[in-house]
Amino acid sequence: MTALDKLPAPGYIAYVVACIVAYLFTGTLVATIGIALIIGLPLFFMSELPPYATWLEKFGQYIFLLICTMIFIFLITPVLIIMPLSFNSEPYFSFTQGMMSLDPAAFSTRWYQDIFLFGMNDPNRTEGWWSDVWNNATWVKAAANSFKFAVLATILATFFGTLAALGLSRPEMPWRSAITSLLISPMIVPLVITATGMFFFYAKKDTFPFFPRGLINEDIGIVLAHATLGVPFVIITVTATLTGFDNSLIRASKSLGANGWTTFRRVIMPLIMPGMISGALFAFITSLDEVVAVIFLADVHQVTIPRQMFSGIREQISPTILAVATVLVLISIGLLTTLELLRRRSERLRGLSPG
Amino acid sequence: MTDVTASGVPGAITTSDGVPLKVSLARATRRQRMQALLLVMPLLLFLLVAFVLPIGEMLFRSIYSPIGPNVLPNFSKVIHEWDGEDLPPEAVFEVFVKDMTKAKESNEIGKTIGNLATRVNYEIPGSRGLFTKSARKVKNITEGPYKEALIALDKRWENQHIWRTLQRISSNYTASFYLAATDRKYNEDNEIVRADPLYQIYLPILGKTLWLSALITFICLLIAYPVSYLLATLPLRTSNLLMIMVLLPFWTSLLVRTTAWIAMLQTEGIVNNILVFTRVISEESRIQMIYNQTGTIVAMVHILLPFMILPLYSVMKTIPPYYMRAARSLGATGTYSFIKVYFPQTIPGIAAGTLLVFILAIGYYITPALVGGSDGLLISNLIADHIKKTLNWSLGSALGAILLAIVLIFYWIYNKLVGVDNLKFG
Repeated sequence: MTALDKLPAPGYIAYVVACIVAYLFTGTLVATIGIALIIGLPLFFMSELPPYATWLEKFGQYIFLLICTMIFIFLITPVLIIMPLSFNSEPYFSFTQGMMSLDPAAFSTRWYQDIFLFGMNDPNRTEGWWSDVWNNATWVKAAANSFKFAVLATILATFFGTLAALGLSRPEMPWRSAITSLLISPMIVPLVITATGMFFFYAKKDTFPFFPRGLINEDIGIVLAHATLGVPFVIITVTATLTGFDNSLIRASKSLGANGWTTFRRVIMPLIMPGMISGALFAFITSLDEVVAVIFLADVHQVTIPRQMFSGIREQISPTILAVATVLVLISIGLLTTLELLRRRSERLRGLSPG
Repeated sequence: MTDVTASGVPGAITTSDGVPLKVSLARATRRQRMQALLLVMPLLLFLLVAFVLPIGEMLFRSIYSPIGPNVLPNFSKVIHEWDGEDLPPEAVFEVFVKDMTKAKESNEIGKTIGNLATRVNYEIPGSRGLFTKSARKVKNITEGPYKEALIALDKRWENQHIWRTLQRISSNYTASFYLAATDRKYNEDNEIVRADPLYQIYLPILGKTLWLSALITFICLLIAYPVSYLLATLPLRTSNLLMIMVLLPFWTSLLVRTTAWIAMLQTEGIVNNILVFTRVISEESRIQMIYNQTGTIVAMVHILLPFMILPLYSVMKTIPPYYMRAARSLGATGTYSFIKVYFPQTIPGIAAGTLLVFILAIGYYITPALVGGSDGLLISNLIADHIKKTLNWSLGSALGAILLAIVLIFYWIYNKLVGVDNLKFG
């Protein structure tokens, strides 16, 4: 049975007519095939409607699926479109004629090379090329900074967040909802406000131990800011894994003679591990993507990837940004996959239905 | 108590070591409560230093402006006694001239004539020159009558408005930045009035921010509802696959998505190319879709959409499909059973999604800054400009405080309606 069979006979004709109209209107075969694909795609998702379903209902379901298809295209296209665009051999943000006709000369990896070359002292040298890249290439330095901040912020956020989530999930926790609201609020309060407050507070001299000149322009200031922004995600994900946590497991462990630490390590920890890791991944990606706090708190040398992208978009927009963006999307795909695997594992561990 | 137990009075059950059970239980619960609190304490302390105190500092800065007393310490003490009629007495003028002379020598940040001139200039635009000019010559006035000498220096010293303003800023604490942030000012008669229409910028931008956020939230709801419904009703295997299409943008960097929208929407961009290619528009009539409000709206809808889809989806997934079938079997039409049976059950999801998207949209900064051009800017962009560019920190703080208050009101509503515990991702 083909997908088209699911359409009622008038719909079948309507589909063909629509394709012909599209051809007459656009006059190009490529555009017609595109339109035919888009309006044909919903047909594959049409479910078997009961026999009493009216013609109008079938048409209604088709329209609904067509709208959904459009929305999915709206959601995913911007993320995917940057990938082919980043292989443009011209310095444009748009597909060239050559790219449309799949001319190999229109594609190049020059913008990926530019990630390493941009900012180097002498890209043509043969000796010490990599050390030049490491020390001078703008994007490489930005990446190193970004990862440094993200790793440190993630460790802080995960540690404090997990502890707090353990406390919050205890049934005897006092003022639970008030405290939870406060702990989640870094995610709610506009970033500009948080960054402004930190900009004033961290600039205070002689307030912070070891940092008489304040935390502005220091790595620690950015790490603190990013950890703050990551905390809500850790709390949310770890609390989610702790809902439905069987407290008798703790009692069982204690009755078998384990002390608090052993109970945590051998019973609680394995169960909350998926939540901790996904919380940590959220915190990591939040920090990796954060630019407002960096703009407010960092000095000119503390460039991060998003900050470099931000100024790149504002000043000289070059396809190098697209190449970097593609790499970031690939990182996101990797993280998303990890997260999905973790979710399945967590559900299996907690005996919920497998996803 | 032990006596009672020993005598065997019923009702006073004790533990093995003779403590009444009630006391022992209370002790145990207290210990458990303390343990729970102790686990949360490190994070609370961390957030106190890294988050709560900074925001407190910002709120403090919005009312604290010590420039007046810092630059003119003695004058600030005596000017309070002036009743605001005519001009201040000769004695006040004398103190003023001496303070000005002393302040001219100062180079300390926050204590110079320049700082004072800037501060007064916020209140009376264009008055800056009066202070810098007078400061240069004021040292020549060595003896009285100071009032005449000062007025001879510059006629504007005869103006009551200047002195009333100086009286107002001679206190460490001021509400004038909140007035400025709401497009109000003191007029010549010391009354609070609306600013000239030309200078009314903050309330209109705030209104625009609220309006655009509401619009974006509404569009998100319109788009997210059918998609969530589809995801919730499809078989799990298919819906998990489609869910990736929702989660991938969610996990993709904000800047990447903003960049992508620039590539999509610019005049030589993909959307315009497709429209030209399919002959919907002609080559000459390419549409300007970016660096204006349209760009901000489209990009923000795309970025915030997952925050609407996820709560809607999680609510819709719990609605049993047989409710609708029951309604149909009882004779309701498809539309009627949707409105009467399905839709009311999704309202918790709608509330959660709309509030979350609205709260996040109000405070957006990055996307409007990059694709908003000049008419797509939101209140956050103005705050950032005051902090980073014009350096009017107090005004920026006052605007921030107003924005914070609005966000907290909606956060409170969210808490009441949805509960912050119900926040989930994926």
